Parts: sequence; C-alpha cells; structure tokens
Amino acid sequence: MVSPNTDVAFDNKIEGDIVISRLDAVINWVRTNSMWPMPMGLACCAIELMGTASARFDIARFGAEVMRFSPRQADCMIVAGTVTYKMAPHVRRIYDQMSEPKWVIAMGACASSGGMYRSYATLQGVDRIVPVDVYVSGCPPRPEALLDALIKLQDKVKKTPSLRNLTA
Amino acid sequence: MSDTVAAEPVADLLAKFSEATPRESLDHPAVNVPMKDAVAVLQWLRDEQSYDFLVDVTGIDWSETTSPRFTAVWHLFSTTKHTYIRIAADCTDDANPSAPTATGLFPAADWHERETFDLMGITFEGHPDLRRILMWDGYPHHPLRKEFPLAGIETELPDIEVADETQAKVISAPMMGGPFVASNKGEMNLTDAEPRAKDESWNEAKPKPE
Repeated sequence: MVSPNTDVAFDNKIEGDIVISRLDAVINWVRTNSMWPMPMGLACCAIELMGTASARFDIARFGAEVMRFSPRQADCMIVAGTVTYKMAPHVRRIYDQMSEPKWVIAMGACASSGGMYRSYATLQGVDRIVPVDVYVSGCPPRPEALLDALIKLQDKVKKTPSLRNLTA
Repeated sequence: MSDTVAAEPVADLLAKFSEATPRESLDHPAVNVPMKDAVAVLQWLRDEQSYDFLVDVTGIDWSETTSPRFTAVWHLFSTTKHTYIRIAADCTDDANPSAPTATGLFPAADWHERETFDLMGITFEGHPDLRRILMWDGYPHHPLRKEFPLAGIETELPDIEVADETQAKVISAPMMGGPFVASNKGEMNLTDAEPRAKDESWNEAKPKPE
C-alpha cells in the first residue's frame, strides 16, 4: 500500500493547531469573504441588484448575500440608481453611519456620472459625495457585471495593508 | 369619442359663463375662462355635468416677454360620459402668478397643485399645504419656467452639514453641447435619428464661452 505524501500539506501532528500566516492576509481574508452589502437601490439598477442576489446569479457564492438595511451592519454600499440632489444628503448620511471599514460600489451610469440625466435635479456622479471604490458601467449593468465589480473590490481588499491602517 | 357628445357641455358652459371663450384644441374640448370663474366652472362641471374626476392640474409659461405669461390648466374626465374637458385660465399677475385652489372640490388637486407650484411657481390660493413636492424645501428656483436653463443653476445642497463635509454643490449639469435631439427632418434614417448634440460650440474638452 502506498502511503500518501503528507509532507506538503498541513500536518497537525507536527504543527499542532497552529496556522502561520501574515496578519494582513487573515484580516483581509475575513473582510473579503463576508462583505455585507447595503443596497442603496434608487432606480431600475436596483432590479438588477435583486436579480444578482437571487438564485440564477446568486451573490452568495461570493459571500455578499446578506443585504443589510441597517447601515451599521453593512460593509459595502451598492449605490444602484439615480441619485437626485434631494436624495444625496441622505445617501451621504447613511454612508457616514456605516462602520469602518467600508466600501462603495457605484452601480450603473447614473450612480457613476449622472448617466443620461444631465439635469438640474440629478447629482452628476455619486463620487461627488462619497468615495467610490468600483464603478460599474451599463444602464443597467447585467448581474454578471455587478458580480465582477464585487470580485474586483474583493481583490482590492485583499491587497489592502490592513494592519498598517489599523495601527495608524 | 364622438364630437357631438363632447361639444354639448362646452356650449352649455359658454352659455352659462358669459366670459368663457372656446379654446383651440387638437384633441379634447377646451375652454378659456377668467381666473375668477375657474373654481365656479370646475364646480359646475363636477356637479352639473358629471365631470367627476380631476385628471391633471398643470401650467403653461408662455415666456418672459409674453403677457399674460402664465396659464393654469385643469383636465377633467367624466367617468359616466367617458369624455375629457380642458379648462384654462390666464394668471393675471405675471411676476407672482396665482390661481384659486381646487382642493375643496377635488382632494386629488392637492399634490397636482403642489407640483405646479414647485415647477412653475404658480401659487394656489387657499391650498391647505402648499409646499414643494419634487424639489426640496428652500430650493430657490422654479425649474420649468422658460428662463430656467435645462442644465440648472448652481446652488447649495439641501443639507448644510453634508455640503460642508463634501464640498459638493448643486451644479449646472455638463450638457456637452446638448440637449441631444433626433433629426426633425422626418426621414427614417438611423444615422441621423441617433440623438446627437446640435451645438458643439462648447463641451467637456472646450469650455463654455462666457
């Protein structure tokens, strides 16, 4: 009988219950894989956001299925739709109420730049009031595009020097 | 809709209200009335002519140089006769246009009149709660007036705290030579039908000449 080679894998007989890693990697691993979204659904993009969350596209595969309508429990605000000037202060206040660390995805043309609404009533891009991490093009974007944005955001979080930010 | 049925209340209305005049219309029968008679006409149409449904209240701005500048318009529908009628009344004051409220007759007039006040600046006298409905309280302009530019006028955000923190303002939107309109020549040409800027004298690359 050929015994399996255990040298290359984690061997708890030798190493005990200890895993050695960088603290950054551990913190980022935790942050990356349970990124609870705050669904700031303001227009038709919110319908695609719902599609992204439901069975066919299933955002749960990326650990972001827990839509939190309380900003205090959310990590990532997904601004899905047209932000009017009347709504803009509320978006900013909800962003302020989210606890650190927090990220923002601007979903679709309207949230990214005002989109087709070159108008007196529409905020010309949500990045004027909150810092945006990922912009998604489309009107509205397909659910795949939003998932891609989430993966891009996760990549960004993985590369963040979290420990330095903690101590700073 | 047959014209004979619709013409009947108009003739009755013109007979009853001597200062009313027929109004040019492409679709539904329409009548011009003096502003002082507007509510009486609406009440007569509701009570005597079974126009029991207020479909819309709106306004017209004929431009800064025209007098009378503003016209208030009411659209009524009869749920028994299945016909519409349009009532229009010129506002006597061009600077501070006003119209009597119809909320006493039709509760539905409430929000319609708030919208007309918000966007056109026509004050409805006697309205129970005449606040802005689409723009925020304290917005200094009436955006559907002719002198208001499509891109908007720079002003402050509704929330001072947020405005201080973000340094964001209500800006006039970059129109990039817009508004973007399709060709009005009438030909079915997909290249020309694509909405495009007719005026490229200023855009994001070239600033607007002062």
